[in-house]
Amino acid sequence: MTLIYPRESLSAYPKHLTPEYKSTVKRSPSKPLIIVPHTLSELTGPVYGHDAVQEGDNDLTRQGKAEPLGERIIVHGRVLDEDKRPVPDTLVEIWQANACGRYVHIVDQHPAPLDPNFTGAGRTITDKNGYYKFITIKPGAYPWGNHHNAWRPNHIHFSVFGHSFLSRLVTQMYFPGDYLFPFDPIFNSVTDDKARLRMVSSFDLENTIPDWALAFRFDIVLRGREATPLDTDKH
Amino acid sequence: MSEITPSQTVGPFFAYGLTPKGRAHWDPDGTYSWKETVSDNLITPDAAGEKIRIEGQIVDGDGKPINDAMLEIWQADSQGRYASPYDSRRPNTQFKGFGRSATNKEGEFGFSTIKPGSVPGPNGKPQAPHIVFCIYSRGMLRQVYTRMYFADEAANGSDPILALVPADRRDTLIAQKQTKGDVPVYRFDIRVQGDNETVFFDI
Repeated sequence: MTLIYPRESLSAYPKHLTPEYKSTVKRSPSKPLIIVPHTLSELTGPVYGHDAVQEGDNDLTRQGKAEPLGERIIVHGRVLDEDKRPVPDTLVEIWQANACGRYVHIVDQHPAPLDPNFTGAGRTITDKNGYYKFITIKPGAYPWGNHHNAWRPNHIHFSVFGHSFLSRLVTQMYFPGDYLFPFDPIFNSVTDDKARLRMVSSFDLENTIPDWALAFRFDIVLRGREATPLDTDKH
Repeated sequence: MSEITPSQTVGPFFAYGLTPKGRAHWDPDGTYSWKETVSDNLITPDAAGEKIRIEGQIVDGDGKPINDAMLEIWQADSQGRYASPYDSRRPNTQFKGFGRSATNKEGEFGFSTIKPGSVPGPNGKPQAPHIVFCIYSRGMLRQVYTRMYFADEAANGSDPILALVPADRRDTLIAQKQTKGDVPVYRFDIRVQGDNETVFFDI
């Protein structure tokens, strides 16, 4: 199977320069990006097997001596390509704030408590159907210095690999109905309404476990379409 | 309209999840134990080829070091083969060709690796040895891609990708060789914006 990577799919992405998110002003390229053909260097990408993860790496509630505080949740879904076919055996990494909205990072000085039983780091490998699952705690909202009274909506950071170095994706998963959405320049950096909603998980009653944990469904669609027979092998 | 999931910034706090090892500026007492999946040392005992270091600094539009960036590299082995199912000439060593480095307080990053060989390019034309860089940081809502070439490669002159870059900007993609110790060091500084801005690719 050879995949092609339509550039127009990237129209769903935010612009590099999004002045409402102030840090982009000095950290976005100012010269036009150079369009280059997709060579073997772009069409290949690293492969991580099941040896990259350890048993329990996908359960963020079992990394401490006791269970972390907060609302226990299941976050699960499938990693797919643009033809909606599953991306099997691919590495998915997450990191997030604790239930109080605090990260275990020295740079985070938000005066909310750390939880000795929660780091907020997890990883897993998708199965043959592209399926992944994490057990974690619902992250809290937290303030940031972008503008007066700026707060980030609840979110979990995702890093996903896919078939090639072109399909590499770092994104954030949000929770349905967050009242902070209208005020968050990072969320709103995706200007297309439908594209923006693709970053929002859906509440999943069917997979919610009675008396134990709410479930949220988050499918991730990566760049890459199956080549048609007319598409000659250009690399 | 495409249906892909949009990119969002990696933010300032990724290190404890993605680059957990040896980052004293965020883990001052060194007690954090999350295992590293991807390291900045790509060298495997069975990998043939010349061992090299890549060192550089990344700065923003004001020339200030970006101390919370993550750089990923993807490269072929010394024979020009990618460890990927999409390269039919897959290497038979453990060399993966993929690495990650978080920047330190000075915006510096570094990799230990093997110098890659030439890989096939468009229309069967060879490409000069190069390494693809993918850069993430707070303030970058989407990753940026660039390439590092080696100053001591005559093949740069006929590389089909370098040829697409305006001649006066090609220097930003060429790492200079320095001799510091036993291992050659290639210096590759990245300027995200402004005068002498590094060339980034739309791929």
